[in-house]
Amino acid sequence: MNAGLVILAVIALATLGYFVGRARALAKAGGDIRGLHSLPNYYGQTVFLFTAVPALLVCVGWLLLQPLYVEHRVSDMITPADIAEGSSQSLVMADIRRIATGLDTAVARGALTGADLSSLSADATDVRALLAGVGVALASEVKGSVLAAAKEYRAATATLKMAMSVVVILIALAGFVLSLRRLRPDFRARNVSETAIKALLILASSVAILTTVGIIFSLVFETANFFGLHSAADFFFGLTWNPQFRGGSDLGILPLLWGTLYVSFVALLFAVPIGLLVAIYLSEYASNRVRTIVKPAVEILAGIPTIVYGLFALITVGPLLRDYFAQPLGLGTSSSSVLTAGLVMGVMLIPFVSSLSDDVINAVPQSMRDGSYGLGATQSETVKQVILPAALPGIVGAILLAASRAIGETMIVVMGAGAAAKLSLNPLEAMTTITVKIVSQLTGDTEFASPETLVAFALGLSLFVVTLGLNVLALYIVRKYREQYE
Amino acid sequence: MTDATSSGGATPRHSSSLLTQDARTLKRNAAESRFRAYGLSAVVIAMLALVFLLGSILHNGSSAFRQTFITLDVYLDPAKLDKKGTGNAEEIRKVTTFGYAPLIAASFEKLFEEEGIGVEGISAKKAGDLISKEGAADLRRFVHEDTTRVGETVSFSFLASGRIDGFFKGRVTMESAERDSNVSPAQLMLAEQLKEAGHLKTSWNWGFLTMADASENRPEAAGLGVAILGSFYMMIVVLVLSLPIGVAASIYLEEFAPKNWITDIIEVNISNLAAVPSIVFGILGLAIFINFAGLPQSAPIVGGLVLTLMTLPTIIIATRASLKAVPPSIRDAALGVGASKMQAVFHHVLPLAAPGILTGTIIGLAQALGETAPLLLIGMVAFVREFPAAPPEGFFDPASALPVQVYNWTQRADPAFVERASGAIIVLLVFLLIMNAIAIVLRRRFERRW
Repeated sequence: MNAGLVILAVIALATLGYFVGRARALAKAGGDIRGLHSLPNYYGQTVFLFTAVPALLVCVGWLLLQPLYVEHRVSDMITPADIAEGSSQSLVMADIRRIATGLDTAVARGALTGADLSSLSADATDVRALLAGVGVALASEVKGSVLAAAKEYRAATATLKMAMSVVVILIALAGFVLSLRRLRPDFRARNVSETAIKALLILASSVAILTTVGIIFSLVFETANFFGLHSAADFFFGLTWNPQFRGGSDLGILPLLWGTLYVSFVALLFAVPIGLLVAIYLSEYASNRVRTIVKPAVEILAGIPTIVYGLFALITVGPLLRDYFAQPLGLGTSSSSVLTAGLVMGVMLIPFVSSLSDDVINAVPQSMRDGSYGLGATQSETVKQVILPAALPGIVGAILLAASRAIGETMIVVMGAGAAAKLSLNPLEAMTTITVKIVSQLTGDTEFASPETLVAFALGLSLFVVTLGLNVLALYIVRKYREQYE
Repeated sequence: MTDATSSGGATPRHSSSLLTQDARTLKRNAAESRFRAYGLSAVVIAMLALVFLLGSILHNGSSAFRQTFITLDVYLDPAKLDKKGTGNAEEIRKVTTFGYAPLIAASFEKLFEEEGIGVEGISAKKAGDLISKEGAADLRRFVHEDTTRVGETVSFSFLASGRIDGFFKGRVTMESAERDSNVSPAQLMLAEQLKEAGHLKTSWNWGFLTMADASENRPEAAGLGVAILGSFYMMIVVLVLSLPIGVAASIYLEEFAPKNWITDIIEVNISNLAAVPSIVFGILGLAIFINFAGLPQSAPIVGGLVLTLMTLPTIIIATRASLKAVPPSIRDAALGVGASKMQAVFHHVLPLAAPGILTGTIIGLAQALGETAPLLLIGMVAFVREFPAAPPEGFFDPASALPVQVYNWTQRADPAFVERASGAIIVLLVFLLIMNAIAIVLRRRFERRW
């Protein structure tokens, strides 16, 4: 039975429980609502919750754990002899999974019958050709033990799926019956169902924590695998980035880090002065009419997806810089460059810097401005000598947040900065960043046993740590500053 | 003050008046207007960047919505399609796409004879290259719809090949055709003759929105159908998961949570999650949903789950803000007439906060719709030609997504794909515009100021 169907069945049963519970409670009170502790709906709700929630939780947990258990059981069947030269356990497991799905498809399409399947052996039948017939292409001939493992995989998955359907529906039925039996007119249904709902609310708010735990777990786990295969010293201090898919690659983070910082620096060099001046102009000088036009327009820049900026860099800014700057000056011939990515990213960051600075500038008390004007200062002197120093911590926080945004930005650099890892000062040359390499190492056919793939997780962890540090620092500064004037 | 004037007697007094500005005032005023000009020019630069950005995309992409078609009278020759003459649908279906190419060549031949069109050196067979490689497949599909059409002469509208299409959009010129191995100037001249004779015209291209992606060498047949459907499926997943979870989490944090270190951790967590780079969520999706939980690659369900985790902080922050905006007197009044805390929240506070929550949700969805980087990592870049099935099975079928399709097209060699990518961006921006407009209307109409 399909997992989706099981869930639907549980929900249907729970909905039935709602109406039965409601009716039963009313009936027990003799049809008089005043005889009940809670409103009749709460009795229904209790039955609904007790039927659905435990069953669904078990169902989700089962679905998460089942593949782990099956893989464990099947991987015991593979002997080291089955693992071909240059292959690995995980590759054989991937093959087994593919064969198992292939057999499933073959049975579903009628190319195989159940009886055929049990007598199927690798020596007698050409399993590879059979599976190719149903659209599953395999790289090599299927060995007897691998086929046996695949059959076992298939059988175990099917049995466990069946078992799950039975268990989940039994739990739902048990919840249904037990909660119905507890219904009495003096049963405190509202308190019970409210406690249950509150537990659900807490569960929902823990999703945020689970996400963070998931991020850290997946990054740290695979990074540890990576450092088991590749030296940490080369990763952190290596000056060359040169992945080779036959092993022996140089995977130094420094050229990528340099590219990342260089692009972010160019972006901030463009975005910070402009964003700050826009914020100052809008909050101190602009008339109401100008503000109502410019502010939403700047916010449009913030709402545009980064892929749009990436395309802008690729088809407009890149060729423009190449034809009018790089080639005439003899500094480069590539349309993707640090300057291209930096400028476009700078445009993306303008609204970010300006709206955050706008907030802090507006938070500076009016009395400070009035005091400065009273002493005879001009508007620009007030801005430069009173408002900016007072708002400085907030502005620094805004810049740090913008920097963290710039470092983690992906699409603009993927499409605008290039793919060559270089340590160079020339801004018109193509360079690459951490995020670009994460994308290029993890897209396409990935094999999770080689350092060339796993390095992406180490890069991701470095990125996560750096951006997290910047964010925490920025939030700390901003929060501290806000308290000053409140 | 008198002390100051007396001790300052040594310094020469300014012979200044209010009517003439002295040098220092002039300097200060100049600095003032300079600063003002800096501010204004920053605003102008930001506005120009916006205009330039949108202008370049519109300029490059608007032509993707128009397409050149060649209309020909095709005789569906039974001698070619139904060699045994049985009229059996099964037999006709067996004819491959290659079997249809001679029909197109034959109709060109007829055209050349009857209307005196023709360019030296272009045989009818070579003229067939004016038509997209997809043309014969389209014709085959047309015949398969109703096999009794064999033997009739039908007027069929073919997609012109990418280069011919580019010629009428100004991308390909006679000079560039000289150097191009895919098209010759003679073919372009023939295309012009066809246009004069009314067989070739450029018109609105619905196919761009409905067709699936096409391979590298047939950009004219590439469409956004699968990508739009895939994005739509992902948005359904995001909406169904992130709205209830986000609202439930905000209600707990805003209305019930005691002030202790656990809730502090949750709050810091949420604000940090909002700032984690999107690509890290992609790594999470790859490691947890695909490698650990074994969900299929390129499936909308995985994309939807990853985007849900990214959208949750946005929705939680918006929901908490609108819950906070409901005045405490509402809660007090509800509690005062005997409602429980839960009833006060669900019956009174939540309905009042609903417009704000909806606005925040729509804005979160709009962000999720444009997100690209995490989807690259979970395999959405794969070339997908098949439309995903109807939900719920369709959630597990491979699909593409709008922003990923844009990225995909920019990675291809044929310049015609740049036009397609910009066109796809326009479609994406139109969707975003509609969603944001709905959010603004909701806010204007329903938001209550207390």
